[in-house]
Amino acid sequence: MKFSLSWLKDHLSTALSLNGIEAHMLKAGLEIEHIENPAEKLAAFTVAKVRSAEPHPDADKLRVCVVDTVDGEKQIVCGAPNARAGMTAIYAPLGSYIPGLEFSLDKKPRKIRGVESHGMLCSAKEIEAGDDHDGIADLDSELQLGLPAADALGVNDPVIDFEVTPNRPDWLGVRGIARDLAAAGAGNFIDEPVRKVTGQFDCPIDIALEAPDACPVFAGVLVRGVQNGASPDWLQARLRAVGIAPKSLLIDITNYISFDRARPLHAYDADKLHGTVTARLGRVGETLDALDGKTYAITEDMCVIADARGVIGLGGVMGGTSTAVSDTTTNVFIESAWFDPLRTARTGRSTGIISDARYRFERGVDPASCMDGVNLALRLIIEYGGGTPSRARVAGAPPLPGHLVEFDHGDVARLTGLTPKTASMRKQLKALGFGIEDTGEIWHLTPPSWRFDMDQSADIVEEIARLEGFDTLPTASLPAPEKGRKVVTTPMQQRIRTARRTLAARGFLETVTWSFMPKDEAVLFGGGDDALTLSNPVASDLNQMRPSILANLAKAAQRGVNRGERDMRLFEAGPIYLGDGPKDQRSVIAALVRPGELRHWQGQSSYDAYAAKADLFAVLHAIGQPADRFQTDAPKQPYFHPGQGASLKLGPKVTVAHFGALHPRILKALDVEGPVYGFELNLNALPNMKARPGKTKPVLDRADLLPVRRDFAFILADTVPTGALIRAVTGADKALIKAVHVFDVYRGAGIAEGQKSVAVEVTWQPRDETLKDDQIEALSRAVIAAVESATGGILRA
Amino acid sequence: MIDIDTIGPDVLAAISAATDLAGLDAIRVAELGKKGRISGLMKQLGGMSPEQRQTMGPRLNALKTDVAAAIDARRAALENAALDARLATETLDLSLPPRPEPVGALHPVMQVFEELAAIFGDMGFTVAEGPDIEDDWHNFTALNFPEGHPARETHDTFFFQPQSGDAPKVLRTHTSPVQIRTMMGQKPPIRIIAPGRVYRNDWDATHTPMFHQIEGLVIEKGVHMGHLKGCLIDFVKAFFEIDDVEARFRPHFFPFTEPSAEMDVKFTRKGDSIQVGSGDSWMEILGSGMVHPNVLRNCGIDPTEYQGFAFGLGVDRLAMLKYGMPDLRPYFEADAVWTRHYGFRPWTTPSVSGGLSE
Repeated sequence: MKFSLSWLKDHLSTALSLNGIEAHMLKAGLEIEHIENPAEKLAAFTVAKVRSAEPHPDADKLRVCVVDTVDGEKQIVCGAPNARAGMTAIYAPLGSYIPGLEFSLDKKPRKIRGVESHGMLCSAKEIEAGDDHDGIADLDSELQLGLPAADALGVNDPVIDFEVTPNRPDWLGVRGIARDLAAAGAGNFIDEPVRKVTGQFDCPIDIALEAPDACPVFAGVLVRGVQNGASPDWLQARLRAVGIAPKSLLIDITNYISFDRARPLHAYDADKLHGTVTARLGRVGETLDALDGKTYAITEDMCVIADARGVIGLGGVMGGTSTAVSDTTTNVFIESAWFDPLRTARTGRSTGIISDARYRFERGVDPASCMDGVNLALRLIIEYGGGTPSRARVAGAPPLPGHLVEFDHGDVARLTGLTPKTASMRKQLKALGFGIEDTGEIWHLTPPSWRFDMDQSADIVEEIARLEGFDTLPTASLPAPEKGRKVVTTPMQQRIRTARRTLAARGFLETVTWSFMPKDEAVLFGGGDDALTLSNPVASDLNQMRPSILANLAKAAQRGVNRGERDMRLFEAGPIYLGDGPKDQRSVIAALVRPGELRHWQGQSSYDAYAAKADLFAVLHAIGQPADRFQTDAPKQPYFHPGQGASLKLGPKVTVAHFGALHPRILKALDVEGPVYGFELNLNALPNMKARPGKTKPVLDRADLLPVRRDFAFILADTVPTGALIRAVTGADKALIKAVHVFDVYRGAGIAEGQKSVAVEVTWQPRDETLKDDQIEALSRAVIAAVESATGGILRA
Repeated sequence: MIDIDTIGPDVLAAISAATDLAGLDAIRVAELGKKGRISGLMKQLGGMSPEQRQTMGPRLNALKTDVAAAIDARRAALENAALDARLATETLDLSLPPRPEPVGALHPVMQVFEELAAIFGDMGFTVAEGPDIEDDWHNFTALNFPEGHPARETHDTFFFQPQSGDAPKVLRTHTSPVQIRTMMGQKPPIRIIAPGRVYRNDWDATHTPMFHQIEGLVIEKGVHMGHLKGCLIDFVKAFFEIDDVEARFRPHFFPFTEPSAEMDVKFTRKGDSIQVGSGDSWMEILGSGMVHPNVLRNCGIDPTEYQGFAFGLGVDRLAMLKYGMPDLRPYFEADAVWTRHYGFRPWTTPSVSGGLSE
């Protein structure tokens, strides 16, 4: 919302400077977005008197002027044909920036055709203070030497643009702004009632209300014999200052009142109206040719204004062309109605029409302002366009709220810590337009009809606090928490932190990528559920909530490679979405490596699916989940390489992670060059750490006896996972076997086709007594038997 | 009869002349071995007269000791020489580079989340979370955004396709629904912060469709707007690691707080960097206010018994202000060069005791 300072002063009597107004706006909660201050822009330029203007000795079109300026007498060479002795002009000193010409004058006098020039005489256009450029500005000789150019040209009227919060539709009128600023102490609100204009005849146009919820009140008045020409200069200047192009007297007056009072009106050419003007709901099949040049299909949810021939306007949103006023309009019918905010907002959204009327009605127009709007419009129309007014017709009644707000003035101190005097509060509330019934601790307040956000005591507290000024609030640190300090983060958050640091320490770069992705790619990663499709995505390829982070990481890795990175290691700790319910979101750590050729004098190292497994296990270990509780199983997710991917399980049912090489076909679909390895760990699937009573660690259990180690080699079918063999060996004696290490896997000469040899080192840890040879022999037999029974593997001879 | 006097010098000369351990060992066997010469002389002591034994005994013993000591010394010398010779062949060129290890880094937004948790944790807050996909009630209605209210329009909400006649689910437009989930789930006193991803349908130089917020909520008897002000000033000082900050609070409008305030801080621009705390310009950094009584009621809390404040701030922008990232967009591009430059070393852990940042 924009307004000019001079407009504000129609409603606010104040001695404050622009800075003072700014400070009070801030205090009252009107957040300034921009101030256009011509005086600041034109500060360098002042009024000067041309004493003489002689022809330049060496140039026909130039004149050498002697000018009295704020800087004393100056010789200025001027090219304007109208420069003459005795003229009152605008002087630009040396070094000043001339905005309209986009250059600065030299700081030292410059010779023009051999004659020194000590400044410049300007046109209004050259200093961007007007359109006039027929020579230099020729000002009223009454103007005093040294007067700022902004004042001399009558453009010293700052324009303030500020943010209107949705709760304050009354700020959409300059008068409402003035009222708030006055209440905040910026001056006196000029509260002159709008005088009634006496009608000369009965209004011949009937008004009917068929949808009182949508349009409960409609005041109308006819003016006959109007001359609709250009509006007066002051009115045009007002509108231009706030960014509205003047059109014609009748349109300009309705716009003016809309911005002055937040009271939208509509002007109809009465000669184009047919029969009764009715506010009703729309009917299927109706259309409106609206003033924006578009045709809108009417729905039954819209409030329309109609006459005998059909729809002539969308109530509170926009009028139609069929009844629009034109330059030849002589009889005008003015509508001043009230439209339901919610319905207006719906109509505005469904039609996409953005208008000043919609903006005001959907936020709430003062329902008591209908007749003020009519009378103000009549005054201006008659004054500037002539004509004879009818008596106004009013159909319906304004929907005044009529509720009382109970204000406990102790709530001010309770909620804000401020302790204003009751007299001060009473004055503030009165200035805002509240009616007050003082009954001691609780005041019964009647909110003004232009406020829609006053329902309870806290609402009043806000009014008091902002008018007192938030700078007067006490500053108090929070007291220590009642129940003592707690752990700040949850175990899950701790796990995420630890996992992130582990991966970063292992060479991965942390990323944050979009939670959404292209739907067709989400399908490849097991997603694509319609419930997770955005109906209004920001871009068509960001329309589906992600079922996996790996796709984003793979594409990011490829982007890095395209920019010259050789080896991309990325991870993200973030959400994936399995459904749209509050429990369907998972916290996932995903890591991805797109290995590059890392040549080194000691030989190459390479990343593969086993390296991905090592990184996964490092994360698990770091978050207190030792590798030996998990089993590796066949890949669950089709986006992994069928032979180089696996799932990691906890027991037969719970899958906690997937890892391995990504499927080449998936990579191709993502336009990513492989190979690419990675893992995805679902932190929600991991068991919680067991809470121990107290912080003491368990007693140290160290065996005093030396461990015994033996090597075994087994031959087994290549299709049997080595993990099964390890499990079998480990389970051969749960009490004594401490570790099983695979140190060789061999296929080839000496081993039959379809078989492999796996060599393991088994470590037994004796507890009570040293193992004797026959015991070791028995333990070894148990290992061999366990392997044979679980995997069919036999001891290699 | 062997002349003991000549044996000593001969043997000692042979020992020092030995050039390797094998030669030295041969001398040891020849002299001190079971069948060695000096061992043989020792054996003859038994057949000597007591007088002879008295003179020869000490001399032979001295000879044996001297020879054994000379052999040990020579062995040590030869072993050292052999080790030196071996080491001379083992020289490595340690100016060669080691095998390169990839260097990782933490994302600045995630790091700033941890800084915020450290600061607010010190003030007694704990970290709460909620889902990104919210229903209309948690994201709007419970937060006192009436249906159809223009305040909803300002949120540029992402909607899901409506399912079975319900209001469509939304991507949460702010972290404020976590306020609702927290108040519905636990009884006051409450002090939480809720960090997380939020979403708005807006994408230009200063907006991304996904960004990060942190929400704060305090519900306790007697906590008023002065505490809100003090808490947030304490926070700004701690976060920007400055001794003092010029801050101001301005009235504003948020449906879920009443009174509502925005907080501005003074700053100075020096070249490309911004210093928060003092200076000639104000910058808005967060929105806040006393929790609206309607919101408390919606969560089953009696607003005449409990009260409190809430605040919300944009974490990405906060990170930009502190660490000088000029642009928001690369945050979400997973760009390696950017992450290495603006990211944090893996073990940089923000804490109140150890300092927030590197």
